[in-house]
Order: sequence, then structure tokens, then C-alpha cells
Amino acid sequence: MSMAEDFLNWALIIAFVSVALAQIMAMIRLWIGPSTGDRILALDTMVVNAIGLIVLLGIAQGMRIYFEVSLLVAMLGFVSTVAYARFVLRGDIIE
Amino acid sequence: MSFAEIGAFVVGICLLIGAFFALVGSIGLLKFNDSMTRLHAPTKVGTIGVGMLLLASMIYSWVFGEGWSMHELLIMSFLFVTAPISANFMAKVNIHRRACDTPPSPPRDETWSTLNVPEADRDIEETVETPVN
Repeated sequence: MSMAEDFLNWALIIAFVSVALAQIMAMIRLWIGPSTGDRILALDTMVVNAIGLIVLLGIAQGMRIYFEVSLLVAMLGFVSTVAYARFVLRGDIIE
Repeated sequence: MSFAEIGAFVVGICLLIGAFFALVGSIGLLKFNDSMTRLHAPTKVGTIGVGMLLLASMIYSWVFGEGWSMHELLIMSFLFVTAPISANFMAKVNIHRRACDTPPSPPRDETWSTLNVPEADRDIEETVETPVN
């Protein structure tokens, strides 16, 4: 059992580090991104990676409450991406 | 090997695959050199990476927790449905802001509707320089 537990713990640590690195790279693209589309894309990527981080936190702590959080973050991320894109496209969100 | 050991290995492998895909998606977002090319990396690869992380969480709660949980399936289906929609919106933003090559002209109309300028705004369009990017 200890070998499997060790493997799971190491996989969790590696997954945390990788998703955090992905988040940092998306943040760099948000900073340097030359066009507006790139910035919207970087924000959308950061929301998706944040959902991954919340799910990893739920596995690490063994708590069920985090899934409601990640569902809410997923919905808010989609709505904010569409709102930002529509604002750039039409100059207004709800016409 | 007991059931819990096999479950722990499966969860770990799913976690590693998902984290690898999420990392590759963000590397593509950072390294590609065109707006439309950059759109490819995170909207497909990153979504499948987070889907694998959610699958790992599902198997974890099945093996170690209290039975199957449908929350992750809900989040996964929501992500998989909304990712192409937001990618389509961002591609339209790229076309609208002229951040990419202009697509070939449509067969019947004069121009694409997102590039069309209304009749009343023609003189504004000519005097004000449209911002590139």
C-alpha cells in the first residue's frame, strides 16, 4: 500500500507544479499579449487552469465542497469570456 | 495488489496525463507566433488536460470516497460544451481587430459582416486610423 500511496502523493505534487507553471505561462501571455484576442484567450486559459488547481486541491484534501466551487468558476469563466469578446465585437454586451 | 492500490495507480496516472496536457497547452499559448495559431493550443489541449484531472478526481472519489460522484461529469460536460463556443468568439475578435490575415471574401456579399462598417460611420472610419492589434 505504501508504494501506491507514495506514487499518488508524488503524482499530486507533480500535477500541482505543472498546472501552476501553466498558470504562470498564461499570465505572461496576458502581460505581453500583443492583441486583445490574445489577452482574452490568456484569461480563458487561466480560468480553465484554475479549475484544474481547485480539483487538485479537492483530491489533496479529500473534501467534496470544492466541486461546487469549480462548477461556479467554470460558469463564471465562460460568461466573462463571452462578455469580453462581445464587448470587443459589438461595443455592447446586451443589445 | 489490492483494489485500493490499483485505484491509487490509476488516479496517479490520470493526474500525470492531465497535468502534462495542461502544461503543453500553456507552452503552446506562450510559444506560438500568430494569434490564430495561439488559439489552437489552450482551447483544445488545456480542456482535455482539465478533463483528465476531473476524471482522476472521479476515480479517486469512487475508490477512496463514498461512491460515484456526478459533479465532475457535470463540470467536464460543461467545459467540453463551452470551450468551442468561446474559441469561436475569440477567433471572431481576432478577425474583427485585424490581428490575423483577412479571410477570403465571401462568394455573394461584399464583405464579412464583422468587418463591415455601417453607412453612417464611413467618414469616421476613414479619418480615424483603425488600431492594428
